[in-house]
Amino acid sequence: MHIVVCIKQVPDSAQIRVHPVTNTIMRQGVPTIINPYDLFALEEALRLRDKFGGEVTVLTMGPPTAVESLRKALTFGADRAVLLTDRYFAGSDTLATSFALSMALKKIGAEFGDPAIIFTGKQTIDGDTAQVGPGIAKRLDRNQLTYVSKIVETDLVNRTITVERRAEGGVQVLQSRFPVLITMLEATNEMRRGSVENALKAARAEVVTWNAEAVGIEDLTQCGLRGSPTIVKKVFAPGGRTDEVQLVDNEGNPEARANALIDAIFARSPDVEKDLFDQAAHHF
Amino acid sequence: MAGMVPFDWADPFNLDDQLTDEERMVRDAAHGFAQGVLQPRVIDDFREERDASELFPMMGEAGLLGVTVPEEYGGAGASYVAYGLVAREIERVDSGYRSMASVQSSLVMYPILAYGSEEQKQKYLPGLASGELIGCFGLTEPDAGSDPAGMRTVAKKDGDGFKLSGSKTWISNSPFADVFVVWAKSEAHGGKVRGFVLDKGMAGLEAPKIGGKLSLRASTTGMIMMDEVAVPGDALLPNVEGIKGPFGCLNRARYGISWGAMGAAEFCLHAAREYGLERKQFGRPLAANQLYQKKLADMMSEIALGLQGSLRVGRLMDEGRFAPEMVSIVKRNNVGKALDAARLARDMHGGNGISEEYQVMRHMLNLETVNTYEGAHDVHALILGRAITGIAAF
Repeated sequence: MHIVVCIKQVPDSAQIRVHPVTNTIMRQGVPTIINPYDLFALEEALRLRDKFGGEVTVLTMGPPTAVESLRKALTFGADRAVLLTDRYFAGSDTLATSFALSMALKKIGAEFGDPAIIFTGKQTIDGDTAQVGPGIAKRLDRNQLTYVSKIVETDLVNRTITVERRAEGGVQVLQSRFPVLITMLEATNEMRRGSVENALKAARAEVVTWNAEAVGIEDLTQCGLRGSPTIVKKVFAPGGRTDEVQLVDNEGNPEARANALIDAIFARSPDVEKDLFDQAAHHF
Repeated sequence: MAGMVPFDWADPFNLDDQLTDEERMVRDAAHGFAQGVLQPRVIDDFREERDASELFPMMGEAGLLGVTVPEEYGGAGASYVAYGLVAREIERVDSGYRSMASVQSSLVMYPILAYGSEEQKQKYLPGLASGELIGCFGLTEPDAGSDPAGMRTVAKKDGDGFKLSGSKTWISNSPFADVFVVWAKSEAHGGKVRGFVLDKGMAGLEAPKIGGKLSLRASTTGMIMMDEVAVPGDALLPNVEGIKGPFGCLNRARYGISWGAMGAAEFCLHAAREYGLERKQFGRPLAANQLYQKKLADMMSEIALGLQGSLRVGRLMDEGRFAPEMVSIVKRNNVGKALDAARLARDMHGGNGISEEYQVMRHMLNLETVNTYEGAHDVHALILGRAITGIAAF
């Protein structure tokens, strides 16, 4: 089974600043890491590979320095790394990014075998859009399983995969046929540690490097800034919370304490009381 | 201003820039293992003086054993600089863990690789690299420490094989070792020192543990007692004769220690810096005091210089152009400076510094051993003194 994991090199969000004029993230001088959500996707891919055999290819689009993230992924045990880099890709929004990545994924399919699964993280910590995974799935006409919290079963005979998806109000159990694109949630597994052996392999590995032309992109207006309709109008830090903590008397038996708590909540947020009554009425 | 870069106190001479991609990635892998596996257990291992032998297969899986041994024998085939970086990352956690790995890599795998027959290499190296086999190195004796040529262990010809008798002491890993590289004076070779590879369970071979250490408590140390231990002829390491055999191994181990000690010192510097910035007395951080800053400056400077020295010796080793005296300089200097740094850090932590939680006193206690074993600080001075004057003072 061939699995591709799309990763992104992102600035370590703990150390980010925003440019006061352009409102873009100032990447210079900020250490880079693999987008943490992508690591959960990578680990899930490696586990499937270890269990069923096959290969894991990691793919990233970015500047030439993004090769560091690919090598890092190789130290965890990925089999192959592909870097998609071209100055025409600079300034890509999610539309342009998913276009370029989908072209690279087509080429990966042609050269190294069509991937049964494409993994991404649920979103990146710099853009936070969660759009690129679904964008790739749409362009490649694949089923997509987003916000996956657990891979329940993989059936290679019938070529299906069953997952748990975290949805509002509960967990959905979904099944899809291959080929599929999966975006992984955080904290779904624990990333393995890289070994010295894999670190050496990674350092010695040749990273496949493609530009726009190499992946068959003819219309450069779909790439980079020109292919990106998104405009960042403003970036701002949310103001601090002004609400104060309210303490509730901790007297009496548990029931009395629960009632005191509920009374305090209803007193402060009458809407909550009304909503609950409406819902209850709806139920009966 | 052109030609200048921002200064990084944690990497003053930009050591990072001087490493290859391969070396940086090996270091990062070792760092991940050390912080992920070793750091969470070290306080307990040290306090309880626990047998941590289950770490060998884990270190083997992480590729930390036999870093320089060729891949065909299960090693990583990496450079001596990479080996040094691994030692530094392990010893950043604890000198005892680094000792376990150094002995396996430099004192057991290296002599089998350098002096052993093809059969011996095939038989032992893959298992030692994976950590399924644990090795120890028997040179020091109760009456032969700094003067190993004064050893009393003898090998007598016995049919096609040999019979070994004698005792070795302060032997890391010996109580749980499977493979014993033992040095003895061989009567069949004119009384010259020869190396033998013994297996656990041989009749007359015992390896009792030495208890009550106040240092390196996470590493198990023992003796090797040999009472007419009969070994076959192919237990002899065929390709080396004389005291240069064990010294060839010790050069490698001591070189690794020079890096390792810097790891321990770096831990102490980071801990003291953090403590000094957070701990407030007289209304301001301890680190706002001139005495405190002077100590931090001393620690950082010695670490920066020591790491550069080790890197240089490692490069020369990789190029096959090193001299044992170079190793004496970095082993002696770096461990001595690391011990100074650990003592300072212990002091800078005030009363909290004696608590296991702050870890600096554990490093300090460990480094007392590291300063003594593998050529005591003063004995390396004599090696250097001999090199300078041409007169041996020992």
